Parts: sequence; structure tokens; C-alpha cells
Amino acid sequence: MAGLVSRGFSGRRRTGDVKLPPGQYLTEDFPVLSSGPTPQVRTERWEFTITTETGAEHHWDWAALRALPAERFTTDLHCVTKWSKLGTTWEGVSLDTLFAGVETTAGYALAHSYGGYTTNLPLEDLLGGKAWIAFGYGGKDLAAEHGGPARLLVPHLYLWKSAKWVRGIRLMNADTPGFWEGVGYHNYGDPWREQRYWSD
Amino acid sequence: MSTNDDHHLDANAAGGALREIFSVDVTAAGTSCATCAHSFTFAEALLHAWAPGLVGRCPACGEVVFRLVRAPGRAWLDLRGTTCLDIRMPEGR
Repeated sequence: MAGLVSRGFSGRRRTGDVKLPPGQYLTEDFPVLSSGPTPQVRTERWEFTITTETGAEHHWDWAALRALPAERFTTDLHCVTKWSKLGTTWEGVSLDTLFAGVETTAGYALAHSYGGYTTNLPLEDLLGGKAWIAFGYGGKDLAAEHGGPARLLVPHLYLWKSAKWVRGIRLMNADTPGFWEGVGYHNYGDPWREQRYWSD
Repeated sequence: MSTNDDHHLDANAAGGALREIFSVDVTAAGTSCATCAHSFTFAEALLHAWAPGLVGRCPACGEVVFRLVRAPGRAWLDLRGTTCLDIRMPEGR
């Protein structure tokens, strides 16, 4: 088991009165949204691949992922369907760690999942301590309904960017819309600028 | 990989949203899946509604046949998973 570091990660900490992005309401439960059936991915068959713009592939199986340094962090979640959940606690591997040995000049990433889901975002939004492959939630293994065994977590963007059941990230020189970005949802999805739809 | 699918409706539940867009009842249309070529009535699509939009999946292969997103004053409908809709048209007016 690799070392575990704790990090207090939060966008805008609240002290008393709650600060939410525009148009959001607070929820205490953890709604489950999904565009399809929940994949049941066994960890012994799980794999994660980063594919660069030149076609070079970097693979991790479950044991390799869990051997990497993990972080525990606390962050707020903002769903484009307008609920926000504050102070959620996670465990995962920073994308900075996974990208440490990846040579790329690509500007864009397309995350893809077991089950076929995709979402696009600039590569810089995956780096700099802003994104993780998360496998723990609330001190327990991440449940399948919330994206387990592992999901992408990019909490500074609307939650549809945090692909459940993530299987890999493809790096690209040109941006390519993902599952929701291709049908009306904003290409970037910053909750603090309320970037919900193409027209925002 | 297996899946656990206990959250879908049938696509009749998309009828209200589709009636905002079309003047005919699309849920009654014959539908051909672009992935597996299965033919079915649109209403038989497996509808996932607890999502940022409505997602319809082929009842045979499970691939996406339509996505519908509704925003204030605007809607987006993606039918790239459907090769053809066979729509019964009202005549004689």
C-alpha cells in the first residue's frame, strides 16, 4: 500500500453562511444520475489507459493504481441539474501522479468510461492538483452507483465532467465533444460562471 | 463487464418532451437502431431519465438511440443512434 497524504481541497470554503454557485441548491443526500445501466466492473478486470496524441499508451491495472501514492481530500460537488453537495470526502490518485511519465503536447482530453460514456475537457484542467482517479468515498470503497470501482473527479467543473466508471483518457490536439457536450451542454462547464448549456 | 439496469423507463415517458418538438406522436414511430439494425417502436426504447437529459437506448443492444436535452427556451435532440424513424402522418385535411 502506497503512502497516503491528506489534502484539504475546497473551492470556496464556507464559514457559517453557505456559498453556492449561481442557480444551485444545497442537498444533503447524494443523488444518482446516470445515462445508462450501471456497469459492474470487477477490480481484477479493471484497467485504466492514458493514450497520447501519438498513440502511445500507458496502462494501469487495479494493483498498479493502488500502489501509487493516494490522497484523501474534501471537496464540494456541483451537478448541472442544480444540486450541490458540500464537504464530500474522497480518496484517490492525483492525475498529476498518473501523468508524471506521460509525454504529450496535447491540449485536450477525452475521458471514456466502461459503458461508453465520454466527456471532454482541457488537459490543463486535469493537472495541477485539480483532478483525481477516485476509488474511495466517505471512508469506504466507491459504490458502483457513484462510479466505482473508480471514477474521474474534477470537482471545479460540473459533475458530468467527473466520468463515472472511468476506463481511460485520450489526449488530442483538437477538442472533441463528449456525450453531453455534443447535445447542448456547455463545452467547459464552470459552475461558478453557470456554464450549463451551449448558449451560456 | 456486466451491468445492473434497474433505473430505466420505457420511452413513452419521453412523450411529453417530444410533443414539445414534433407535431406527431414520435413514440409510435418505427425505429431502426444504427448500431445493431434492430427495429422497434420508439416507445420500446429503454429510457434513462435520471440524467442531465433523456437518454433512450436500443432494447436489443443497449446502445444510445436518442439523447434529448431541454433548457429554458431551447432543446437539443441527437438521433445519431437511429438510422430511420417510420412516422405515421395524419392525412385528409
